[in-house]
Amino acid sequence: MSEPILDVKNLKVHFDIRPSGAMPWTKSRKLKAVDGVDFKLFPGETLGIVGESGCGKSTLARAVIRMIPAADGTVVMFGRDVLGMGKRELQDVRKSFQMIFQDPLASLNPRMTIGEIIAEPLLTHFPKTPKAEAQARVREMMEKVGLLPNLVNRYPHEFSGGQCQRIGIARALVLRPKLIICDEPVSALDVSIQAQVVNLLKDLQAEMGLSLIFIAHDLSVVKHISDRVMVLYLGRAAEVAPAAEIYANPRHPYTQALISAVPIPDPHRTQEPELLAGDLPSPLDPPSGCVFRTRCRKAQAHCAEVRPELEGPEEGHQVACHYPD
Amino acid sequence: MALLDVKDLSVEFDTKDGTVHAVSGVDFSLDKGDTLAIVGESGSGKSQTVFSIMGLLANNGRASGSVTYNGQEILNQPDKQLNRIRAEEIAMIFQDPMTSLNPYVRISDQLAEVLMVHKGMSKKAALAESLAMLEAVKIPDAKNRLNMYPHECSGGMRQRIMIAMALLCRPKLLIADEPTTALDVTVQAQIMTLLDEIQKEFGTAIILITHDLGVVADFCRDTMVMYGGRVMEYAPTVEIFDAPTHPYTRGLLQAIPRLDIETEQLNAIPGNPPNMMSDMTGCPFCPRCGFARERCSVELPELVQASPTVKRACHRPVDELVTEEAPA
Repeated sequence: MSEPILDVKNLKVHFDIRPSGAMPWTKSRKLKAVDGVDFKLFPGETLGIVGESGCGKSTLARAVIRMIPAADGTVVMFGRDVLGMGKRELQDVRKSFQMIFQDPLASLNPRMTIGEIIAEPLLTHFPKTPKAEAQARVREMMEKVGLLPNLVNRYPHEFSGGQCQRIGIARALVLRPKLIICDEPVSALDVSIQAQVVNLLKDLQAEMGLSLIFIAHDLSVVKHISDRVMVLYLGRAAEVAPAAEIYANPRHPYTQALISAVPIPDPHRTQEPELLAGDLPSPLDPPSGCVFRTRCRKAQAHCAEVRPELEGPEEGHQVACHYPD
Repeated sequence: MALLDVKDLSVEFDTKDGTVHAVSGVDFSLDKGDTLAIVGESGSGKSQTVFSIMGLLANNGRASGSVTYNGQEILNQPDKQLNRIRAEEIAMIFQDPMTSLNPYVRISDQLAEVLMVHKGMSKKAALAESLAMLEAVKIPDAKNRLNMYPHECSGGMRQRIMIAMALLCRPKLLIADEPTTALDVTVQAQIMTLLDEIQKEFGTAIILITHDLGVVADFCRDTMVMYGGRVMEYAPTVEIFDAPTHPYTRGLLQAIPRLDIETEQLNAIPGNPPNMMSDMTGCPFCPRCGFARERCSVELPELVQASPTVKRACHRPVDELVTEEAPA
């Protein structure tokens, strides 16, 4: 396989949490939102990141592009160390990746027209772009995402959720990036619109050779769009594997429970979901050893003592469990 | 006599931009112990349908038609009369467990209040009953939970508390408005299993409102599909999933990516949801329908009995197309 465009090693993101009503001298506690995650992303590939709320999937993506500071680890993007670089260099790297956000309307400035919104990344990174060229690029992008170019002077509130998400995609594409991070891009959309946006992303990826990081909590959508899938639980990667493999043959007990909990639109199905006991532990006070052991049906004494690391072939099926299936 | 009988229910909202026709001419009925799913996308009127039944419409909303509960008219009745039915006969679970509980009041007091107001119980008896109900919805360590405030509980736990609260008076009908939409899949599986057990144990009739067809397939006997404030198809769940004949139902089922089936390309429904402000002539789904003909845009299809079990509102149902176009 070719060189990865993104190589993340042992990435950690910690937040300082001060309990409410704390005295000034009280030590703040560390919330380990992401606690040592490794992954690689190859050109033209889609990596799906799934997990439940609070597992650190958005934090992970944001730390990779330095929207929030990482506590530890390395991120190498296009062969350059992102975490160590200076402001100017970072600005330069930021030309080659973009982000698509969850809430389609809230991520568009209500006071800017669609044309201004889509042109903004272009004018930020290349302020000398001639006006005519910028306009032409905006129109081209609008056509690409299925918006009529004559809507260029409208404002975001005039569009439906699905159309707003298309505007967000056009804005992400205008710089012709190599990597797009999609943070729950279809979660806020209705199923019929969701399918349109998922198809659009897939088509654009093939056409423009994009690499995608696709974050979602909907396992069916992730399965549909991803080449490889990473399952996160409490800031740790539980399992990483090719999409077809992880759904057909999940090895981590958490992945198995997660997949069996997805409702299938088939009234004849008799298989009962495997219910997880209890709630997600607090990330302020994660269990020792394996973070999943408190809810795991296979947990042994060993799991409380030693933290399992991701094991397995690098581009194959990796699982972080002492007793995988 | 049906437990709940809804006839020609319409809901309109007066806004400064005009009148919004949120629900138009909805008919359905529910017997004791039935489970009905109301499925539709945002703005299809599924929530407003049940809000009007419960008398919970916003101030600018108007409901017309007829809703009878055990033969008694309950639509647009004064609060005094509705309060005897709400909670005691019909209870509701709301979508957002974070915001539907009062953050200032302990869980014990929120639960006990229901019994003290509706059943005239003493506080002590009400608390004991609340504790039993929390245990019935499988809240671990229920005794300590009672003394907590809502913010001390997780989302799944709060939804369990909501369910417990709804069940306190042993209602005959439970309306669940997107009860698991705000929850993670593993928690969703726990809550749906719980609702299923409650339905079997207490024989409660349940109306489940959802946009997730997967949840419907597992849980409900009948399914009603809504679009643009109208009923598109109303049939036993098995028939809807096995042989959807309405183009919208079919499109909806094909648009979802599935874990159990490999698909290269999703069959998206083109276009955008309808504007509920405009007066619609014809079928609301017509602009997005691949089978539409001229008649669909001018003449509103009535909800008719298409087969002994299926009710459908469509001029161009898929099953007729197949037989009609097959010989050619």
